[in-house]
Amino acid sequence: MQEILIKNELSIEKSRPGRRGVRYAKAQKKASDYLPAGYLRQENPRLPELSEFDTVRHFTRLSQQNYCLDGQFYPLGSCTMKYNPKAYDTLSVLEPFAKAHPFAPESAVQGTLEILYNLQELLKKITGLAAFTLQPAAGAHGELTGILTARAYHDAHNGANRTEVIVPDTAHGTNPATANMAGYTVVNIKSAPNGCVDKEALKAALTDKTAVVMLTVPNTVGLFETDIREIAEMVHKVGALLYMDGANFNALIGLAKPADFGVDIMHLNLHKTFGAPHGGGGPGSGPVGAAEHVAPYLPQPLVTFENGHYTLAQRPESMGKMKAFYGNIAVCIRGYCYLRQFDATTLKEIAENAILNANYVRARLKGKFNAFFDRNCMHECVLTIDPHSMNGVHTSDIAKRLLDYGFYAPTIYFPLIVPEAIMVEPTETESKEMLDAFISAMERIYEEVCTDAQVVKEAPHTQPVRRIDEVSAARQPNLRW
Amino acid sequence: MYNQENCRFAKTHEWAFVEGDVAVVGISDHAQEEISDIVFVDLPKVGRTVKVGENCCVIESVKSASEIYAPVSGEIVAVNEALAADPALVNREPHAGGWLLKIKMTHPEDFNALLDFEGYKATLQK
Repeated sequence: MQEILIKNELSIEKSRPGRRGVRYAKAQKKASDYLPAGYLRQENPRLPELSEFDTVRHFTRLSQQNYCLDGQFYPLGSCTMKYNPKAYDTLSVLEPFAKAHPFAPESAVQGTLEILYNLQELLKKITGLAAFTLQPAAGAHGELTGILTARAYHDAHNGANRTEVIVPDTAHGTNPATANMAGYTVVNIKSAPNGCVDKEALKAALTDKTAVVMLTVPNTVGLFETDIREIAEMVHKVGALLYMDGANFNALIGLAKPADFGVDIMHLNLHKTFGAPHGGGGPGSGPVGAAEHVAPYLPQPLVTFENGHYTLAQRPESMGKMKAFYGNIAVCIRGYCYLRQFDATTLKEIAENAILNANYVRARLKGKFNAFFDRNCMHECVLTIDPHSMNGVHTSDIAKRLLDYGFYAPTIYFPLIVPEAIMVEPTETESKEMLDAFISAMERIYEEVCTDAQVVKEAPHTQPVRRIDEVSAARQPNLRW
Repeated sequence: MYNQENCRFAKTHEWAFVEGDVAVVGISDHAQEEISDIVFVDLPKVGRTVKVGENCCVIESVKSASEIYAPVSGEIVAVNEALAADPALVNREPHAGGWLLKIKMTHPEDFNALLDFEGYKATLQK
């Protein structure tokens, strides 16, 4: 390979004294003419001195080094990194949406309210639940909304003494954090050997102090809770509510309605399943739905339609407000586009293909990289390795070696119950050719592990930055240049 | 200092060593090896009371955060301040300078319920 002579420097390292982009006319007044002495800097700020061209090249180069879904396969488990139609980007920022004033009277934003109302209705239809709020700004925000809604429900039903939330170890990591943040005591329960909720453990944990049981369905090991109806009955029997983390809804959309499972409250991630980008640092949207008996306690306002007019309706029993104004509208519009573009049959095919793709990867890699639970999975497969039988190679080494083959690394070391976990979620939008290429890369890495493990242990070899010393970085973080 | 042979162990890999009515608590050599390079130890507040099996401390490595459970019930009377500057002490000396906290026992019988070193070793072989 040819040596690259241009150094991969920080902008401050590229800085040369006196180099400028734009030269301004000399200021007539000094800062000290405006500001009291106590607010003036003693020294000049340490900013890089670069020409405009240096700056353009610097940031263009950085952007080219950025790995993105639009460039390559991104099998990040539990994140549903799927293709989002570009048309939604255009539609969601049309002027009437993007330039509406947040305090505009309802009569001036009837179109936007109509879309939000219709989205609420569509989400009700695919989940079977009675009402939806679009306020939450992301998945975990949706969880918090859901748990606070449950608390409002219990407060209204002599349930103020219910102080515990039960979370199985196959839940998303945000679930126990949410329950804790909402002021509840988290009761963890272990999963059964088949990767689902251990019903005996659940039975033992359920008491009259239980407020909510939070289930991630499908769970983080990519498995459907096969006994969910029975679990729901057990939960309801002690007067608790069943919360479903619907972040993995891509595996269920069009196939099953959570209301039929006995779910009381759930959240969805529009930025995972419903056509809005995920992983860009936001914004997201985590609508929360509730069954009939819990619906009155959802946040206010909800969009209602009465006498030919869309209204942001206040609700007397509501738990309150979870976000300024009415959620991340542009993300909601993308979700609405998604549900309008695909009919019920297609939505079902989306879920089926997401499941098929994950099982294809799982089955093809079997023998080299085995699934932790050896059974059919849903939208993602969780693989495991034993470093003792892999010449001392760990999951982190395999993840870094995948970068050399041009693939983003899957989620690793999560879920925590799977040792050396490799969590692959291909999604339905990847072609068979792409999955085959990924499988080939994994097979090649397996060969390397057997014949030349060192090349894997020292990966990556082709990236702008070689292996990072994560331990030193965490122990002695150097947060300033 | 707190030799493996003189300590008692919980199945969840914590050890306890008794000095009077105070139990010194740490994690086993096996546990530190499994957790790998420790980068942060989130210690509890002195004065907090804990029940046996209660989460009392979190140990972070670059790949995971592990909860540490109190092997005995009582009041936390001291935590190992040295770990703030040097969390790797737990890796280097899990049975000496890398102790985590001291619990003034309210139920000394908790200690007798713990495994001796041979018994603990046997659980690792399963």
